[in-house]
Amino acid sequence: MLITNIEIVPGRRVVEHLGLVQGNTVRAKHVGRDIMASLKNVFGGELVGYTELLTEAREEAVQRMVKQAELIGANAVLNVRFSTSSVTQGAAELFSYGTAVILE
Amino acid sequence: MFDLAIFIVLLVLGYGFGTYAEKRHYKSIFEREAFLRKKVLTFAERFPPPAQIAPEVLLVAGNVVISIDYFKQVVAGLRSLVGGRITSFESLLDRARREAILRMKEDAYAAGAQSIFNVKIETSSISRGKRDQIGSVEVLAYGTAVISR
Repeated sequence: MLITNIEIVPGRRVVEHLGLVQGNTVRAKHVGRDIMASLKNVFGGELVGYTELLTEAREEAVQRMVKQAELIGANAVLNVRFSTSSVTQGAAELFSYGTAVILE
Repeated sequence: MFDLAIFIVLLVLGYGFGTYAEKRHYKSIFEREAFLRKKVLTFAERFPPPAQIAPEVLLVAGNVVISIDYFKQVVAGLRSLVGGRITSFESLLDRARREAILRMKEDAYAAGAQSIFNVKIETSSISRGKRDQIGSVEVLAYGTAVISR
């Protein structure tokens, strides 16, 4: 499965366009990490726990998108975009979407 | 009286550790930027030049969550009374963005790519401090790495 955020793959032709695929995940921060983060708010610096959490969550969203693309028989997802939104207090939704295509 | 003591202790701790962390972070950013400058090129352009024949492409990303220290938060709070530039937030966002771009570049470098196209940068505030002030920001940078064969 090929994933890119440009609309074409250089040197390869799109044979079939299969439409939009998407994947999302909603993650809550865990209490221990929250306490650590509030401590860090005094000292400043990187919140490693949150960075990891968001990286994992984003990978999960991409995985779900890829699974959906595989299901409809695509071999590439083009023009991928990411978006983040906070749905409730203390939870974030990570969302990724793209166009599923079949490349020759 | 006790509250005031806590406030002052937090202020001093924030100033000390915050300044130290920022200096160290900038030093590491400058070093890594210098190392990667000629090795991985980043473009805001959407497409690689057509001269490259059938290269491999790969989605690369880098993210970072960074928080502001207590001293800067207080300074920013004071600053928002009179308006004007909040320099303490500017350096926070600058560091976060450069760090995210660096991580993306490192990701691409590890994959053997020489250039990254269609770079997008997204910023979001993930947690809020007291009185709705910015507590920490997340910056995500992503793009398509091109590996020429």
